[in-house]
Amino acid sequence: MDFAFLATQMVSGFSLATLLFLNASGLTLIFGVGRIFNFAHGSFYMLGAYFGYQVSAVWGLPFWPAILVAGAAAGIVGSASEYLFLRRIYGRPHEGGFQILLTYCLILIFDDLVKMIWGSEYKSIAKPPGFLGAVQVGDVFIPTYNLAIIAVGLLVVLAAWWILSRTRAGRIARASAVDREILGCLGVNVPLTLTVVFGLATALGGMTGALAAPLRSVTPGAGIEIIIDSLIVVVLGGMGNFWGAWFGAILLGEVNAFAVAFVPEWSSLFSYIVMVLTLIFRPEGLFAPARIRKA
Amino acid sequence: MDLPRRYKFGLLWTAGLLVFALVPLLMTSRYQMNLAGHILVWGLFAVSFNMLWGVTGMLSFGQALYYGIGAYSVGLLVTRVGAAWFFPALGIGLATAALISLLVGLLVIRMTGVYFTMLTLAFAQLAYQVTLKWRDLTGGDDGIQGIIPPGLLADKTFYYYVVLAVVFFSIWVLKRMAYSPFGLVLRCIQQNPERVRFIGRSVRMNQLRIYVISSLFAAAAGALMAGMDSSIHPDMLYWTTSGEVILMSVLGGINRFFGPFIGAIVLILLEDVIGAKTEFWPIVIGSVILVIVILFPRGVVGEAQHLWSRFRGDSSQRSPA
Repeated sequence: MDFAFLATQMVSGFSLATLLFLNASGLTLIFGVGRIFNFAHGSFYMLGAYFGYQVSAVWGLPFWPAILVAGAAAGIVGSASEYLFLRRIYGRPHEGGFQILLTYCLILIFDDLVKMIWGSEYKSIAKPPGFLGAVQVGDVFIPTYNLAIIAVGLLVVLAAWWILSRTRAGRIARASAVDREILGCLGVNVPLTLTVVFGLATALGGMTGALAAPLRSVTPGAGIEIIIDSLIVVVLGGMGNFWGAWFGAILLGEVNAFAVAFVPEWSSLFSYIVMVLTLIFRPEGLFAPARIRKA
Repeated sequence: MDLPRRYKFGLLWTAGLLVFALVPLLMTSRYQMNLAGHILVWGLFAVSFNMLWGVTGMLSFGQALYYGIGAYSVGLLVTRVGAAWFFPALGIGLATAALISLLVGLLVIRMTGVYFTMLTLAFAQLAYQVTLKWRDLTGGDDGIQGIIPPGLLADKTFYYYVVLAVVFFSIWVLKRMAYSPFGLVLRCIQQNPERVRFIGRSVRMNQLRIYVISSLFAAAAGALMAGMDSSIHPDMLYWTTSGEVILMSVLGGINRFFGPFIGAIVLILLEDVIGAKTEFWPIVIGSVILVIVILFPRGVVGEAQHLWSRFRGDSSQRSPA
């Protein structure tokens, strides 16, 4: 086994991990802050990819602004979904189950809406100019677009960490995870906070979808595939744990990259095996303190 | 009617049985009989699933796993070994489902809430991927065709009556269970697991028990379906199959024993009518369930009973099943 091959797989696993993390961070953000389990998060990823396609390939906007527009549009749809639907079932008995069910309905609806608007054939977005080639390091060729994805991922992690831990908005978001009632007494508009956080989380998902579109073609079923991978990432890291999700994504990305290289036939099994093993031995996530096990 | 409840239920049972029993006699179309058969099998699957969710409060997103085990046991043995193996295959399917649900159950019941749901989903998806990739055994995404049950069972009408008998018997067993002391413990687990421990019952043990029982009936439903459609495919293990029974349960009402069965009737009939007109069936059912979840969380049966008791000026609500 030569070094160049291993290194290439490592880098490809790393860029896959970044995409997984970007998407999963939205999922874990909304679970950590609002205790909302968004089963439809993958659908916002898919919506983002289609918005990106519409804006860049059909309307001809340059690539990077198109990514931002796609993310924003997905975020708006997300906020609207929270405001119109999810908000109505907060605090109900069986709430967890109904959240899963309601967001499951959103999956069904968005999947079909996308099929109605864009048809069911494959769509793709061209890589942005300047990121078409590859960088050579020794014997290893690394596509520049993969590097760009990794860079964007790092940027988002840092920005999110800074917002959550260093700004007033971040403090409010973290406080609403701890005690919504007291937060309301302090004069914070809690329902608005949840809507905004939900919008941000889905915007992250949408942006990821648009960012991933040049690598994976866009199809109506894409939301389902990505949600399960994101779930695994979140479970690995521990629900609501931002940094844990980052490590979980890298672990899963690398496992997948090497599984595809060594046992391509059975590669799709590995994500599930990793998830099952984690949930059996460390159900609170690999990086979480044990006391939140029964959250 | 002021008949004792016992008789009222007896009447309803007989009426239900009669309706389904008359289907092959009144309707000459094989298609409609097949539709009624589908309703019966899905009804059993949904009712068994609701023993987990509606009764015990364990939302499993992976019951398709056991449905698939039942279907593939029958499909594989009947086509590979011989048609005479239909009933042994049914037994083997149930035994396999029992064994696997016991092993998986031991792992998943350690989790609560969203984690439980996701772990059941992960196990089912794992099984789906294995079924899809293990082409030599399962035929991959082609599935298995030409599953013809032996002897008299090959006759579609006769098979329908066998399905009817098995389904009604299974549902009767499940209903007895739901209203037995065991069923009471299960409802207590949903409402207050801590107090279940106080009265000296084990939460885990009873959760495991109902998980295995529910999975057994799901496997039975899968096995019956394999013989009815004469073909099986890996989608029977896909997560949308698990989703289907959840939708049926919510549609009918998860707090009523017969809710999921009514949900199965409504969903399958709707799918038959609307699915024939448009390929965009998911958006229709998605919107319907969305409205039900938000505005009518009691489901069709629950809302109907609520209206009925309001209509009779009866202020006291019947205790939820």
